[in-house]
Amino acid sequence: MKKVKVIILRTAGTNCDKETAFAFGLAGASTEMVHINELAGKEKDLADYHILAIPGGFSYGDDIASGKILANELKFKIGTGLRKFIKDGKLIIGICNGFQILVKSGLLPNLSGTFSDIEATLTLNDSDKFEDRWVYLKRVRGQGPKDKCIWTKDINGIITLPVAHGEGKFMPGNADILNRLRREGLIVLEYVDETGKKRGYPYNPNGSVENVAGICDSTGRIFGLMPHPERHIDSYQHPYWTRLKQGQRGDGFLIFKNGVDFAKKHL
Amino acid sequence: MFWRIEVGEKQGSYDAAGEGVKKDIIDLGFKNRVKDVKTVQAYLLEGNLYEKDVLEICEQLLADPVTQNYSYKTPLFDESRYKVVEIAYNPGVMDPVEESAKKAIRDLGINGIRTVRTAKKYLFEGRLSDKDIHTIAENVLYNKVIQHLVKGHSNIPPEPPPYQFKLRHVELLAANDDKLKAISKNGQLFLNLDEMKEIKKYFRKLKRNPTDCELETIAQTWSEHCKHKTFRGLIEFEGRTIKNLLKNTVMKVTQELKKPWCVSVFQDNSGIIRFDEKNNICFKVETHNHPSALEPYGGAGTGIGGVIRDPLGTGLGAKPIINTDVFCFGPPDYPHKKLPKGALHPKRIMKGVVAGVRDYGNRMGIPTSNGAVLFDKDFVGNPLVFCGNVGIMPKGKSFKKTRRGDLIVVAGGRTGRDGIHGATFSSGELTHESKGTSGSAVQIGNPIQEKKLTDAILQARDKNLYNAITDCGAGGLSSAVGEMGEETGAIVYLEKVPLKYKGLNYDEIWISEAQERMVMAVSPGKIEELKDVFERENVEASVIGKFGNDGRLKLFYEGTMVCDIDMKFLHDGLPPVKRKAVWKKQIFANPPAVDKKDFTGDLLGLLSNYNITSKEWIIRQYDHEVQGGSVLKPLQGINFGPGDACITRPVLGSKKGIILGCGINPDYGKIDPYWMAASVIDEALRQIVAVGGDINRCAILDNFCWGNTNKPDRLGGLVRASQACYAIAKTYGVPFISGKDSLNNEYSTGNKTISIPPTLLISCIAVMDDISKAVSMDAKRPGNSVYLIGTTKNELGGSQYYKIRGFAGNDVPKVDAKRGKCLMNALAKAISRGCVAACHDCSDGGMSVALAEMAFAGGFGMDICLDPANASSEQNTLSDETLLFSESNTRFIAEISDENRFLKSMKGLPVWKLGHVRNNTLFTIKNRSKKTIIETDVNKLKSAWQKTFQNL
Repeated sequence: MKKVKVIILRTAGTNCDKETAFAFGLAGASTEMVHINELAGKEKDLADYHILAIPGGFSYGDDIASGKILANELKFKIGTGLRKFIKDGKLIIGICNGFQILVKSGLLPNLSGTFSDIEATLTLNDSDKFEDRWVYLKRVRGQGPKDKCIWTKDINGIITLPVAHGEGKFMPGNADILNRLRREGLIVLEYVDETGKKRGYPYNPNGSVENVAGICDSTGRIFGLMPHPERHIDSYQHPYWTRLKQGQRGDGFLIFKNGVDFAKKHL
Repeated sequence: MFWRIEVGEKQGSYDAAGEGVKKDIIDLGFKNRVKDVKTVQAYLLEGNLYEKDVLEICEQLLADPVTQNYSYKTPLFDESRYKVVEIAYNPGVMDPVEESAKKAIRDLGINGIRTVRTAKKYLFEGRLSDKDIHTIAENVLYNKVIQHLVKGHSNIPPEPPPYQFKLRHVELLAANDDKLKAISKNGQLFLNLDEMKEIKKYFRKLKRNPTDCELETIAQTWSEHCKHKTFRGLIEFEGRTIKNLLKNTVMKVTQELKKPWCVSVFQDNSGIIRFDEKNNICFKVETHNHPSALEPYGGAGTGIGGVIRDPLGTGLGAKPIINTDVFCFGPPDYPHKKLPKGALHPKRIMKGVVAGVRDYGNRMGIPTSNGAVLFDKDFVGNPLVFCGNVGIMPKGKSFKKTRRGDLIVVAGGRTGRDGIHGATFSSGELTHESKGTSGSAVQIGNPIQEKKLTDAILQARDKNLYNAITDCGAGGLSSAVGEMGEETGAIVYLEKVPLKYKGLNYDEIWISEAQERMVMAVSPGKIEELKDVFERENVEASVIGKFGNDGRLKLFYEGTMVCDIDMKFLHDGLPPVKRKAVWKKQIFANPPAVDKKDFTGDLLGLLSNYNITSKEWIIRQYDHEVQGGSVLKPLQGINFGPGDACITRPVLGSKKGIILGCGINPDYGKIDPYWMAASVIDEALRQIVAVGGDINRCAILDNFCWGNTNKPDRLGGLVRASQACYAIAKTYGVPFISGKDSLNNEYSTGNKTISIPPTLLISCIAVMDDISKAVSMDAKRPGNSVYLIGTTKNELGGSQYYKIRGFAGNDVPKVDAKRGKCLMNALAKAISRGCVAACHDCSDGGMSVALAEMAFAGGFGMDICLDPANASSEQNTLSDETLLFSESNTRFIAEISDENRFLKSMKGLPVWKLGHVRNNTLFTIKNRSKKTIIETDVNKLKSAWQKTFQNL
């Protein structure tokens, strides 16, 4: 059977690369960590991979604004290869800093279809500080074709994942953009309480508009989220696993498996 | 061309940073007087830039199109109704954003950029006078040590003039004793007269005066910070002379225990123990007290940055995987009026230190998972900031060896004037003038530089591209090259060291403690490949010399020799320090006995008290889960109770774990350093056992923080503490693997001196074979029995219960390590058999606090009765007060899921059945006469514990 190849993009300050690779590996993919310099210098070619994962961390120290500098590198240094990658229907996931990078480069939500209009942002948490805490997330069902996001297929009910960021407040550029996101089913994950209700801090850990935690593009193949699915791939990572049944996969694992399974079938 | 760009939030966008500042201002006492605070980020660009370039830089890079506006010709806001303050970094202080911003501008294809500096502007609306603004700026917005208030608009500081080389000698040969002392003092060398005389003798033999560089090199190498003169010198104590206290106590334990899993102890930058078939792990804890007192953010950040480089520079390099942090501060509500001259307020120190560790640790991608925070008024001028780091390395990479002829390579950040005299500065006392005289010893870190460096080093290590590595810490290149070339000698060409800016003289280059640098010894045949690895990660690596074969340290600057000394004299020439030590037990007042029927208020008060209250505000600011290995987190149970120790799986997919715990207690230190040291060893081990660890797999680290040990009474305490380290650790069978001391923790203003309490931090690391056996501290199931394991004694001295009543007392808890060892081994067995559902170390606040914490963490009440029929006879006669609040050592509270098996495991050992977990939220404790002495709800306990630091 074909092996799905995942490129884990890294640069100065990337720091969740190893655990992201581990999660993809567990889901059956082969992974390779590649520095942005290697893509820019054409030593490596995006076309050789099925999935691009941009992991969490502090690329370039969050200097100027989180994700901004690497976002510009995607646009200006590897833009052509990246557009082809997307056109070929390949998959992209951005986690935490990776999500910030996708949004700030215009790859998400990309309502305009140009890959360059900045339509939303992720900005300083309302609390004005970095916070690491576990949150409850609800998978939002789109009103259009169901399960548009291939990454969150079969995620039902409420899941728990940790967030760890200082700049995760999702803000759409304007009300129209927000309406379109909702109408077209591009809002994929929302921060909720344990019963599934949208609530304020600390359930919504950063003050995100309408509790948005993760979004996808109109193809459902490009997905970004602030929480860290790679930090909940087995039960021992849960903050009170000592009170729960052990031995199952964690809630985040399915996201990686969905991506790899989809790539296996379609790419 | 020069451009100034301002970026700020759009009308209607929430300015979270501005709101944060507003809160700090209100804290300062300006309630109801600030209406609005706006923050503006200013970028100062210099270079060959046209307006269209600037426009593009703003649009594509500096301003977020969704939330922000920019302006480059006029100020962003109409400033007429605001008071405006602008703050910029002092010349010579690294601007952390500069490097990334330059890179990002070049990424846009704009190559004319030469310099970027940043400044921060604050706009205040409200009823505030110019004087108020000044007060706010000084207390909240900036620190003179690294920043300044800008008059008018910030400018890019002019480049310093290039350095004109001139070799300088210091007149030592003709100097009399007074002159020698003056040379030491004026040069901030912190050398005593004996040492100065020894140096004079050496140079007399050479028939010449030393250069300034030679004298500095010797001062760095001989500093207390590097040589531990007190611990390794001669001490007269109780009629006998102790030769090398460290060797005779702490190190002796390790030597005598001969644990086969101790791989490398007390010789490298951190202590190494075995982890699994493939890997070893190493651990180091350092202090950064003095820099944190002057500039909390930079001091603590570079503290954690510095200790991360220790495992990275251990053997051939370990990957940093866990950070620890322990802080001692003055009380956050300390009156501003009583603050000693020149000292920063404890609350500001605390916030700055936490932010410093947060920003450095998080950006490095290393989880900060274990720590403690304590408060006492004697830490007001001199806080303690302990930072630790654990690393993991392949077994075969645990040792290094510099070879003759190896090239000396310095990699990482560039060298600047920052951090000059750090090693010697930290070896002296702090005074109210330290800010002015030692400001250059404080720096701001650049964690991304260190992250890149780490990534590059680990790749180079795995390709076997160097033979030895060490960190550039205190003493800079001087210490690093001096250590690595101790046996070979070294030649360094100082002009080859890459500099941040022009103007540094040869001496400054040699002793600068600029951060984020490592030194490697590289075979000439491998240098090209090594450079390639570093270049790919955008890290500079430069050859600056080579290791020799004549045992001499020779330095050149543009062809002229500026230093030529014998490595042997440098490392072994220090005359032993002779000191006197005395110990006399001080007697403290005991509080009057109380005749009370209800202790609910005391329990709630203890839970809210600074030392016991939840540190969630701090813990959540640290990414304690990055790298994906976190198993037991610092906050446990559904209500985030205080975990005893953290557990981490460093190898994803494996069940093998690392447990970290720590023991510290300055309150006991004030009464008797011997029992303080004994207690904190016991505490660190208890924490490991409480989560499912085994004391036979524990290794410990010592960090002594003391006052001025030139004073015999302070030194006497240090001797006693060291003696306890030997006696207790030896009996428990636990080896020390690394340590560090920080002496001279005193704060002087004029003729008044505050000394910190004698404080020993014991950090404990243990290997756990199966993390699925771990136990957390939160109560799990209604109906389960609750036991006290161990024996309570009449030991309220130094307790938190006495402290909140304003007393110290005298009966400080003692340790019976022989019995303790049996007890901990038995409990570990019971836990591994799965009959313990929850376990908690009984420490600060005693049994009542431990029970309460378990109850609210799990969200269940408890029904507790201190029934003597179930207890050992020695506890029968104790008062209610003692039973509730005494902090006797070697005790645990455990919730038992299988009583029969538990009792079998604990046969012959003191266990006391106290009661059970309820199926509701009622929490009650009855005394021996079945009278209720504590009655409350777990939600009340929880909010008492959580409220103190909730709104910092």
